[in-house]
Amino acid sequence: MRQQIIDTKINLHASGEADECLFEYLHAEMVNYALSKSCKNKEGEEELSRLEWMGFSVGYRIIERLTREWNRFKDELDMIKFICTDFWSSLYHKQIDNLRTNHHGVYVLQDNSFRLLNKVGTNSNKQYLQETPRLLSFTCGLLRGSLANLGIISTVNAEISTLPSCKFHVQVQRI
Amino acid sequence: MSRAGTKLDSKKVFCMKNILRYDENLYIINSELFTLTYGALVAQLLKDYENVEDVNKQLERMGYNMGIRLIEDFLARTGSGRCYDFRDTAEKIQTGFKIFLGITPTITNWSAAGDEFSLCFEANPLTEFVELPDHCLNLKYCNVLIGVLRGACEMVQMEIACWFVQDQLKNDNVTELRIKFIKRLEDAIPAGED
Repeated sequence: MRQQIIDTKINLHASGEADECLFEYLHAEMVNYALSKSCKNKEGEEELSRLEWMGFSVGYRIIERLTREWNRFKDELDMIKFICTDFWSSLYHKQIDNLRTNHHGVYVLQDNSFRLLNKVGTNSNKQYLQETPRLLSFTCGLLRGSLANLGIISTVNAEISTLPSCKFHVQVQRI
Repeated sequence: MSRAGTKLDSKKVFCMKNILRYDENLYIINSELFTLTYGALVAQLLKDYENVEDVNKQLERMGYNMGIRLIEDFLARTGSGRCYDFRDTAEKIQTGFKIFLGITPTITNWSAAGDEFSLCFEANPLTEFVELPDHCLNLKYCNVLIGVLRGACEMVQMEIACWFVQDQLKNDNVTELRIKFIKRLEDAIPAGED
């Protein structure tokens, strides 16, 4: 039974990855919903904790499905590398373009053409720069959730300078 | 790199130029991303609203917004033209499910007048990991589908109504979605324009 389900899904992808836009529309609706529910805080920033939480719960679950047949990770850097390569390419169809670390628990993941941003604007178009945090907080939660399930407690922030590239700052919390 | 207190290596740890690994197993995850994301959304809605009926309504509304966009993708991908009759529409809806969710629901139970039919789902990726707890028995978990169909058909000048008759999550054998043709929508010119 299980095998059958897997087979149909592979066929689906062979037919041209049609379900791609489905996730993007759903994500857009979630952002819409989260904004309709939130009120702005004192600094005028949007309150996006709902999106972040939804991302967290998805990340926490999906990493388990992804690592099911994977060898045990050597260390923290190994896990982060997995996130940058296989994790990212299965969710966002490309790998992280650049990873930097200070070797003391700070990792910066840079994606030069992030899937959820690359239809918003290109070439340093500043028009929608204000609105972009709402498109990233789901993914911040997703990262935090998957790392949490791998045993890394962290905080994740996103930073955008020019569309459609963005950076995710992962700060590991040492206990 | 302007964050205070973090000094980062100027040289990259590694450069992501290695060849992408197209592992089949990883592709499956992409559709699971959709399934799980939808699940997280429903869970959040249940948290936010006290009344399950409100959750159903909200899911339908979101589906509607998705539907009015999805129809564009459907038309672009299939290049299909106008429907001759409602049976033709039924087949196109079936194709839509095949394209976007990879499932082929069966078309059954046509009404005598030919304006009403059922779609029966044996497998449904949306409910793959779902079990309804006792206090959510009124929840229509897949209500987003109703919204999608309504939104998509409205964009091609067709008003339909649909509702769930049976639901696998409520221990029925199949999930049955009933679809009824209401009327053709005429192009309406906005008020004040000739």
